[in-house]
Amino acid sequence: MTHVGYLIAGWGITLGTLAVYALRLVRRGRDLSAQVPDAHRRWLEDQGSGDA
Amino acid sequence: MAEEPMSPVPLPEGTASDTTGSRGSRLLGVLTLVGLAALGVLAFVLTDPDVRIHPSTGAEFGQFDAVRMLYVHVPLAVMTYLAYGLCAVASLGVLIRRTPWWDVTAHAAAEVGTVFCGLVLVTGSIWGRPVWNTWWEWGDVRLMTTLVLFLMFAGYLALRRTTGDPRAVSRRAAVVALVAVLDIPLVNRSVEWWENRTLHQQSTLGDLKIEDLTLFTLMLGFLVLGMVLAWLLLHRFRVGWLERAALDHSVAAAIVERRGETPDDELRRAVGDRSPGEPL
Repeated sequence: MTHVGYLIAGWGITLGTLAVYALRLVRRGRDLSAQVPDAHRRWLEDQGSGDA
Repeated sequence: MAEEPMSPVPLPEGTASDTTGSRGSRLLGVLTLVGLAALGVLAFVLTDPDVRIHPSTGAEFGQFDAVRMLYVHVPLAVMTYLAYGLCAVASLGVLIRRTPWWDVTAHAAAEVGTVFCGLVLVTGSIWGRPVWNTWWEWGDVRLMTTLVLFLMFAGYLALRRTTGDPRAVSRRAAVVALVAVLDIPLVNRSVEWWENRTLHQQSTLGDLKIEDLTLFTLMLGFLVLGMVLAWLLLHRFRVGWLERAALDHSVAAAIVERRGETPDDELRRAVGDRSPGEPL
């Protein structure tokens, strides 16, 4: 196989970046969930109400 | 935003909804991981490298194994367009409907899209080194329009972090997104419109220059990276929603705490509320 180093770098950076970003989102979600009452964790409950 | 203030009561630990995950998102996550594994096997084991034989000299030429980078680079580019397109639609929603749902959606799509766009630039550069013999070409119209797209949405995200009236920030960011998204047709069509000013190959799919397992693997790449995009958008949206809810909750808690410290009559005077007969 040719260009192995480039392939490892390209695929590795892609999968690594997406994995790290996904983990950060999950952790941030856990932290925020602990700060918000159950009744207000439902992200779809009051769509369309209030100002942005 | 006219939402009722939240009661700052202590929260129970370990409730069922203490993450941004749901049954659907977990299923999507598992399917995405399986899809990524299948894509890796197809891209690295089952497909052939791009090796062609020159008709007159008989010499081998092509991208060789560097072509395997395209199974992730091209889908990343298309998913970038989708994410930024969603951001533009949601930004219109922000300007017309002025609801938090659209605002959180626009912000989530812009952030995820910028992660994808950054990866498009990096993987394109890594692919270009063995194929074009250069990491970057400043005069290349495809590369530069993509870089401009990335920088405009990086500016969008920076604007979202500024302090000030949140509603004004949302509206300004929406306008920036609607301007930035105009770059997408330029990025996509640049290799046809300015074909003499780019090293980038023209659309591979447009003329169906690839076939069989190579085409199938690329299509699987679109599907799997699309699932990655959907999973990230779902969770980023929920994080954004929780950020707003947590802010409202902390404000409500601060108001209740303040009321506890301040004598009632002083608080009423502070807000201009006087009892009947009370002297001015």
